[in-house]
Amino acid sequence: MGFLDSLLGRTKPVQPKLDDLFALPSAAITLEAGAGFKPTGSGSVCFRPVEGRSFADVQKDVTELLDVSSGNEGGLPVEVSKDSYGFTWIVSSRMSDDLEALVTDLHAVNSALVDNGFGPQLLCTLVAFRDDEERSLALVYLFKRGTFYPFAPTTNEHRDNALELQVKGVIGDDLKFEPDLGRWFPVWGAPGL
Amino acid sequence: MAARTRYAPDRGLTARMTATMFLLGLVFVAFIAAIIGIGAATHGSDAVIVFFAVVLGGGMAIGSLFYSDKIALRTAGAREVTPQEAPELHGIVDRLCALADMPKPRVAIANSDMPNAFATGRSADKAVLCVTTGLLRRLNPDELEGVISHEMSHVAHKDVQVMTIASFLAIIAALLIRISFYGEIFGGGRGRGNQNAAVIMLALMAVSIVVYTVSFLLIRMLSRYRELAADRSGALLTGQPSALKSALVKVSGDIARIPTKDLRTAEPLNAFFFAPAMGLSAGPSLSKIFSTHPSLERRLAELDKVQRQLSGQGK
Repeated sequence: MGFLDSLLGRTKPVQPKLDDLFALPSAAITLEAGAGFKPTGSGSVCFRPVEGRSFADVQKDVTELLDVSSGNEGGLPVEVSKDSYGFTWIVSSRMSDDLEALVTDLHAVNSALVDNGFGPQLLCTLVAFRDDEERSLALVYLFKRGTFYPFAPTTNEHRDNALELQVKGVIGDDLKFEPDLGRWFPVWGAPGL
Repeated sequence: MAARTRYAPDRGLTARMTATMFLLGLVFVAFIAAIIGIGAATHGSDAVIVFFAVVLGGGMAIGSLFYSDKIALRTAGAREVTPQEAPELHGIVDRLCALADMPKPRVAIANSDMPNAFATGRSADKAVLCVTTGLLRRLNPDELEGVISHEMSHVAHKDVQVMTIASFLAIIAALLIRISFYGEIFGGGRGRGNQNAAVIMLALMAVSIVVYTVSFLLIRMLSRYRELAADRSGALLTGQPSALKSALVKVSGDIARIPTKDLRTAEPLNAFFFAPAMGLSAGPSLSKIFSTHPSLERRLAELDKVQRQLSGQGK
């Protein structure tokens, strides 16, 4: 934000960066080879809904669109859920080997919101992974920074920091990772994880 | 572009704020010119006093800017909390920071039943956000998020810096009034030309009083505009202006019932509070000019505008 904007108290909502999302499928291959984590096939988009008819219409259109496209390919319909912080999650579940279709779904949600002027409401996108020991891991994409970070929840709102740092070591070169560890914020109980 | 129309800045507010800051700047330039004028007329014999006031005032302003977080937390009796101690509060702050792409402020809780919140600190990295237990108890999560996004907008707008700079010359004017007042009482009767010195002191005092009064009113006006700007940005950030509105109504309604004893201890912090804790009992017009916060009606009306802007089928 510029000097003049803060002086005049007019924060500009931050527009999301969407392009880096498509780097995920190739990074997933590296992740599987290097750490044994496979995609579960589910992923989600998290955003802050805006009150009023306009936003509700957009959300309805998006879910219908995704249901049609995933129905054609034998996938499950998308789930929409609201978390305790008032954020909405759209969860898309695809076949676990079809990460590209999943990323396309997630990107469709994002671009629908952006096209209708709700880009600043996007919070993060999350793609779920799991290893043979059933440990779960999510790669979280922060829209506002265009960066990824890993999130490995264990029980009772604790996270496996060692695993997260290990994942960063494995795929840190394939994806744009969030350099500021203070922004690896947890998303406890995220749907689709 | 759709995005541009939906989040368009409020031009009226920007214009009013610019005008206020311009007038404030004008007052200060006039003040400096007057002091230099007095100095020239008296061959600089008042220079020591002015220099003393500038150093003292500057020291006070810089000190309050640098220690604003510590001072405010101490005054409010607040304590910093970790994510383990207050997971929900941290969760809300985390998400809003990610949404607004801001560094996360420290989070503190003040043990007070008065529902209020403030944010302070000299920069976004050093910011601290404080809520009272009374606020946590009264508001539901959506309303709490509205209040926190309002406070985070204050951080984003660098309100602590702006208000400190705006107050700087007012502090100096206040100091000059005081110094010249004591100079007038105790300074007489020594050496030659004390007649002349008394006149200088009087002139200095008169100029300072005018500057102090005008800048005081302008600073209050600026503060009210910045509150409106923070309301607006906060509501745009969460996308829920009505949650902020209901928080405002709840908080303002409660404050009128708080006993005066508590109010007096909270008074110094009022400028940073979400809603001022003092019940405005004076006449409506007078309380409006002196108030650091806009009236509830005004804030609700401005949030209605945000609501229309967000829900419009804007293309």
